[in-house]
Amino acid sequence: MGKLTIGSFSSLVGSLSLDFAIKLSEAAIQKGHKVDLWVSGNATMLSKKGQKAFKDYSALAKKVQELVASGNLQVTACEACAEARGYHKEDTMEGVKRFSMDWYLASTFTADRVLHIGGD
Amino acid sequence: MATKKLGFVIRTLPYKIEGSRLAMTHAISSQTVEIYLADGDLVEPVVCFIGDGVLNCLKSQQAMKNYGLTSLEQHIKNSLLLDLNVLICKEDVDKFGIKEEALIMDAEDIGGETKAKIVPYSEIQKAMESVDHLLFC
Repeated sequence: MGKLTIGSFSSLVGSLSLDFAIKLSEAAIQKGHKVDLWVSGNATMLSKKGQKAFKDYSALAKKVQELVASGNLQVTACEACAEARGYHKEDTMEGVKRFSMDWYLASTFTADRVLHIGGD
Repeated sequence: MATKKLGFVIRTLPYKIEGSRLAMTHAISSQTVEIYLADGDLVEPVVCFIGDGVLNCLKSQQAMKNYGLTSLEQHIKNSLLLDLNVLICKEDVDKFGIKEEALIMDAEDIGGETKAKIVPYSEIQKAMESVDHLLFC
């Protein structure tokens, strides 16, 4: 069993990068691996609670919660990036953590592989 | 006791999207990562500017005046102040017709001693090959 760390700066809506990150996380978990997912910049919105699913937009909340509940996916949002977007601790999806950017670097330290998706 | 090297490769334009700023702030956060690691373990970033990303390194940025934002110039200087390794691709600088004197090469005005380096892409390639993980931003 390995550990995959994925970091993303990409939007929840407007790019499909986070959809890819979640599908990759699920595939890795199904193969018996652990995944750390760091969401920073616009990607922090992935970790906000209260998302409503529309068929015209990416809707990842349900899948994220399922994977987090499995104990094999840890989602962590950049605290400063979230606060800058008016998204506060009480708005965070259950099971998701919030830390500063050094948490991500620490996660890469123990990762077997790192996939970083920068930009939008 | 171990050191993991991370290569931040910045290819995005300044200000248009958040990529280069986040790359710089994540690289700078290496200074506090020890709180999560065992004693003696370190994360060492190298920051490489390539392609459009070299435009982040232009001097005299007016981000505060025009956008009310801290400038990427300040982030690069803070990186140099913290002795991060900052590499700028020579071929891309030449492609844009940018002279070295137009680039942020040091942080002497804030007490930094480390200088940025303009290097051929082959050197950046070597740096990328030497790191444990690459992060394209």
